[in-house]
Amino acid sequence: MRAFPILEARQIVKELGQGEGKVQALKSVDLALHEGEFTLLMGPSGSGKTTLLSILGCLLTPTSGTLTLGGEAVTHRSAEDLADLRRRHLGFIFQSYNLFPTLSALDNVRLGLDVRGFSSRECKERAAEALIEVGLGHRLKAYPGTLSGGEKQRVAIARAIAPEPPVILADEPTAALDTENGYAIMELLSRVAGKNGRAVLAVTHDPRTVPFADRVIEIEDGIITGERKKHAATVIPARPRQSQAAHGKAAPYQDRKRQAHA
Amino acid sequence: MTLIGILFAVVLLAVQLGLYLGARKMIVDTIDHAGGDIWIAAYGSNSFEQATILHGRERFAALSVPGVSAVEPLVASFAPWTRGDTSTTSVVVVGADNGTLSPWNVVEGSVSALSPDGVAVDRTYADTLGISGIGAVAEINGQRLRVDALTDGIRSFTTSPYIFMSLAKARELLSVPSDQATFYLVKVQPGVDVSGVKHALEKKLPGTSIFTNAEFRQTNLDYWLFGTGAGVALLGGAVLGLIIGTVVVAQTLYSSTKDHLAEFATLRALGSSSFYIHKVILTQATVSAFLGYGLGIAVSFAVAQASLHTPMPIMLTPQLAAMLLVVTVVMCAVSALSSIFKVTKIDPAMVFAR
Ligand SMILES: Nc1ncnc2c1ncn2[C@@H]1O[C@H](COP(=O)(O)OP(=O)(O)O)[C@@H](O)[C@H]1O
Ligand SMILES: [Mg+2]
Repeated sequence: MRAFPILEARQIVKELGQGEGKVQALKSVDLALHEGEFTLLMGPSGSGKTTLLSILGCLLTPTSGTLTLGGEAVTHRSAEDLADLRRRHLGFIFQSYNLFPTLSALDNVRLGLDVRGFSSRECKERAAEALIEVGLGHRLKAYPGTLSGGEKQRVAIARAIAPEPPVILADEPTAALDTENGYAIMELLSRVAGKNGRAVLAVTHDPRTVPFADRVIEIEDGIITGERKKHAATVIPARPRQSQAAHGKAAPYQDRKRQAHA
Repeated sequence: MTLIGILFAVVLLAVQLGLYLGARKMIVDTIDHAGGDIWIAAYGSNSFEQATILHGRERFAALSVPGVSAVEPLVASFAPWTRGDTSTTSVVVVGADNGTLSPWNVVEGSVSALSPDGVAVDRTYADTLGISGIGAVAEINGQRLRVDALTDGIRSFTTSPYIFMSLAKARELLSVPSDQATFYLVKVQPGVDVSGVKHALEKKLPGTSIFTNAEFRQTNLDYWLFGTGAGVALLGGAVLGLIIGTVVVAQTLYSSTKDHLAEFATLRALGSSSFYIHKVILTQATVSAFLGYGLGIAVSFAVAQASLHTPMPIMLTPQLAAMLLVVTVVMCAVSALSSIFKVTKIDPAMVFAR
């Protein structure tokens, strides 16, 4: 048996919007992340990937369901508590990098450490180390405006890994990059997971990135539809795939699933 | 942009408060240089320039009060000054002898050797008075006067220049009988309690107003600054500067915060506490405060320097400058509140494009 997961979500439901526009973006999602594993979350646009990532990242509170992070139950927490959880357990990587344009690469990474209360000397050392680790040892003083997309994303990865959080979440980290840079970033993320024993979850559209992952989870219409392990040739269906016609009838399936859990 | 707002506020505050301090100094300067401990004035007198004439018997009554060492008459009154070209301007005649309220900061000529028709005037007002320098002549009430001495920096809050002369000449010009005066300046013997002497004088001289020097200063300040509303206008301008400054700085800080909302959300997503984010905003505000203050106070000192030789000097003292620094920092901190309020409402989930 493997060690219990660093992050575990159970029966996560999330309703978004209000009144007429209300949608159930997630319909009972179960998901566990293990340290040392690079997981891809794949699914069509609007399937709920970002919503799920936001909930796993303690940025968004689920309508129902439970989340456990590092053994701690994450329910009914204040915004400050959630920030504290993110600070201790999580690192984030964004599609549009979200770097601070007025700060150098080094200072961007330092900021992520400063927020966590590291001493200024430690901030500097760790930031430099992280940038060297992502292959940007020669661009410490460069400003984001002078970096290529791939380099920017490397800075963002350095910022996420420098404080050594056990879980790293990335939302479409390669969507803004060309194929080659996209591959490089995926490879880097897989290395981050494998070498440092972190749980890395990345959302992606691109099936070509699959070979880098230890595990691929598929999501559609707010439901996990399948999971593949590395080297497994085919999708292991978590449930019979819904046809387009059966779309409107998700409820009976959920019932069955719950019975199965019981 | 924030800096311009702060700079503007600092300069406005410095100029208004500097003018206010300058006004205070102008108002009390003559009183401080009169060198008396107690002022005897006609009942109800509220200012140096507008007191009415005393009867004359007060001097000897005052001299008989124990503890009094000297009682000097002083004449002060508004009067029309007729320039050489016969045009007229308002002045304040000040007549005294024996070193009582003798003009100070004399830069040309001599006041110890004032001729019977001689006067001392401040060179700041040379143009107003229509004089070219020592030896210039003019008239008050048809009587000829000659400028014997020039001073520098004796300014008048009322804008009517002080014309210093002998007691006899002042009485003559203003038709004040030779035993009468506008004020009697009492000197108290060393070691004697001034307020005790003041009470004794009040008993002895009913129907007069008797002030210690400090009280007379305050009476003049109250009258000119608040009785006339001039001081209220200056302080009001300062308050206005503070309000405008706060609003402008708050606006610019707020819009800069709004421009960087995504960055604050990223900070929040990275796990920063609200405290950390507030610190970032306050630090930004404080840095702006110091920079804006530095620029503003430099401009203010230049303006104050340029005003030194005008009739409305701006007194930018080190204390005022220090106080303005505190005010600027507080103003910026208050201005940061709206920004802080804005970022506390950030939804960190906005970091992901959904
Ligand atoms: N604020 C919102 N209000 C209402 N519906 C939303 C909101 N945000 C997202 N949705 C809907 O929730 C579903 C899931 O969105 P999202 O998690 O962004 O999908 P993905 O990241 O897979 O493209 C979509 O149908 C989207 O339209
Ligand atoms: Mg998305």
